[in-house]
Amino acid sequence: MRPNDVVVQTATKVLVFIILVFSVFMFFNGHHNPGGGFIGGLMTSSAVVLLMLAFDLDTVKRILPIDYKILIAVGLLIAVLTAVGSFLFGVPFLSHTFGYFTLPILGEVELATALLFDLGVYLVVVAVTLTIIQTIGEDR
Amino acid sequence: MFHMLINISAAIIALSILITLYRVITGPSAPDRVVALDMIGINLISLAAVMSLILNTTAFLEVILLLAILAFIGTVGFSKFIEKGVVIERKRD
Repeated sequence: MRPNDVVVQTATKVLVFIILVFSVFMFFNGHHNPGGGFIGGLMTSSAVVLLMLAFDLDTVKRILPIDYKILIAVGLLIAVLTAVGSFLFGVPFLSHTFGYFTLPILGEVELATALLFDLGVYLVVVAVTLTIIQTIGEDR
Repeated sequence: MFHMLINISAAIIALSILITLYRVITGPSAPDRVVALDMIGINLISLAAVMSLILNTTAFLEVILLLAILAFIGTVGFSKFIEKGVVIERKRD
């Protein structure tokens, strides 16, 4: 008998977008409020885990064709390049700065280079969590 | 007056968590324990809201949404393990 998972699959299709929006909110919220790259990455990976629970592993691999081991290297590279980039301006390693810019839609926002370092943390957390869960899931 | 009401509601929620903990410990079957754990998660959400009122801060509002999402994913994982024996399937049918 084939199992019938139509309720959990339909709920997942709505909930994944809400969880992804919440994770992006937590990621950008981390400079002045609770949040940051670590918890944002964990929420993004929990959205993908919910997809894996409602569907199966091969379907998730087909709709997200990402090699997560490469994504770990990309995240570490972004973090190291942000740290090394401070040498171009003659300041010590890992120096951060910020400034106020006027963007077209958002108006005046504060952009900090700590956001780029946090992007590296985000990518590494997502990739490590999903690598662990995919490796444990493929047990045959 | 308001602080007394908030403290009473926190005590009632804590008592509710204790009563649910009895069902977790002496549940006859596994689904009883899973439902009781889900209910403890929901009670923790309301306790976080009451604590943010007591401490007069808005720093815990993300915790509420986070606990709701984690309780849902945990319950789905547990119930899939009870029904099918595997949590994440390799390939469906």
